[in-house]
Amino acid sequence: MSNGQLEIKAISGHRGGTPGGGEYDQPNGKKHTGATRDYDVCKLVDVTTCIGCKACEVACLEWNGYEFRETTFNDTYQTMPDTAWNFWNLIKFNEVEKDGEMQWLMRKDQCMHCEEPGCLMACPADGAIVQYTNGIVDFNQANCIGCQYCVTGCPFNIPKFNAETKKVYKCTLCSDRVGAGLEPACIKSCPTGCLHFGSKEDMLDLANSRVTQIKRETAHKNAGVYDPPGIGGTHVIYVLHDKDKPEQYGGLPKDPTIPFFVKMWKGPLKWLGGIGMVLGVAALFGHHVRYGPKSLHDGDEGRGKAQ
Amino acid sequence: MSDDNVVVSHGTDLRKGEIVRYTLKERMCHWLSAVSYVYLLLTGLALFTPYLYWIAYVLGGGPTVRFWHPWVGLVFFVIQMWMHSMWSSQMKVTDQDLDWSKTLKAYVTNRDEQVAPAGHFNHGQKQFYWIMYYSTLVLIVTGVLMWFPELVSLKAHGLMPVVIFLHCTAALFTIGAFLIHVYMGVVFVSGGLQGILWGHVPISWAKAHHRLWYEKVKSEDRSRISSSEF
Repeated sequence: MSNGQLEIKAISGHRGGTPGGGEYDQPNGKKHTGATRDYDVCKLVDVTTCIGCKACEVACLEWNGYEFRETTFNDTYQTMPDTAWNFWNLIKFNEVEKDGEMQWLMRKDQCMHCEEPGCLMACPADGAIVQYTNGIVDFNQANCIGCQYCVTGCPFNIPKFNAETKKVYKCTLCSDRVGAGLEPACIKSCPTGCLHFGSKEDMLDLANSRVTQIKRETAHKNAGVYDPPGIGGTHVIYVLHDKDKPEQYGGLPKDPTIPFFVKMWKGPLKWLGGIGMVLGVAALFGHHVRYGPKSLHDGDEGRGKAQ
Repeated sequence: MSDDNVVVSHGTDLRKGEIVRYTLKERMCHWLSAVSYVYLLLTGLALFTPYLYWIAYVLGGGPTVRFWHPWVGLVFFVIQMWMHSMWSSQMKVTDQDLDWSKTLKAYVTNRDEQVAPAGHFNHGQKQFYWIMYYSTLVLIVTGVLMWFPELVSLKAHGLMPVVIFLHCTAALFTIGAFLIHVYMGVVFVSGGLQGILWGHVPISWAKAHHRLWYEKVKSEDRSRISSSEF
């Protein structure tokens, strides 16, 4: 997205700096290294007021130009078991028991737009994944090579591979709309006010006041905000009935982190490997300069005998 | 030199005072292995670090590299198995190899008169072989899993990071071994390169660097030595 309001913050598989430049303090206290003033955007999903109407699913397809794909009936209202390369927004329906009573839980599943994105860390292709300074993590299919390392790096199982195009796709948080000053399509379509969009600061305020209200007025005394710190927080946050049981909302991980071996591979192994190769070549050159090649012919008979 | 001085043995032209170091089949196998390895090395490095991603552009672009790397990997694996069928029996480490390794420092510093005699392959070459062999096994298993991650991701999603980590680690081991191997063959051991290129080396070279092998050939397989020696 070449829009003035979308400044790139991080680029996958990229050496050197990012476009933009200049550093200043943002109103929210964060350092920003872009050319324009920007704030972190955030989507708030209040699962306590979701009615499972799936308007957001349709709006997502409409805006992004995908046809409604084949659905799967699984004894639930859920459209299909999981998000797909051309189906980025899925309401997950779950029935759980609490204190002998049934709870029908609905959660809008989509890319969480991590502050520290595992997909971007894992990606080897220059510019296939970018993170904008407003927090949106976006895939650029033109640069994608289809290795699916991003799938490995993602703690939420979001990037989906299209075997035909050999590219990976996911929710863009409607970066094209946000870049033009609009809210994402799903937000626009929500009839209950379950979805909100704004700055991360505002959304956290809104989420916390909603949690206070739920605790005061309902039996959900353990309500809370889902903004997992293991990945630096996310730019999609939830209000949950029970903040200690995110798993019951259809596989929302309790404490998501970038997999340990992805961090090892992209951290120490990459640097040790690189340094090792350079030092190795240097050492061999040094050896050559010190000792030179073995001579071919002198002392034929003397060679190879232990003295 | 006129033609009647040339003897053809094991697909190798021998002239006066020469011995067959590698047969034509061995040389073919080695160079097919080398060419496929270099392709895998370059494309693998492109995907390993952003500082070398430009190699992907040179070799046809990221998607092209992602397409061919696994196929060439498969070819490399098959060639390695072929090589194993030819060489594994010669790669067994012997007591004489351990004696040779005790004089490794003298070998590395060109104090060759103090170096213990070696067979067809010295202990260093054997170690290189086994590093490449076992790394290849790790690389092919992890590589196939990485080839079609969409087919295994559901069951092994939590394992894929380990798989990729192992693939990179094994590759780094081969790179270390490969750098030393190329240095030894091209720069350090004069005359070694011609043996693996054209198959023949001077008898004096064989005596100097692989004396035990030379003694064995002399007593057991005279077809490898140019007849004018006898």
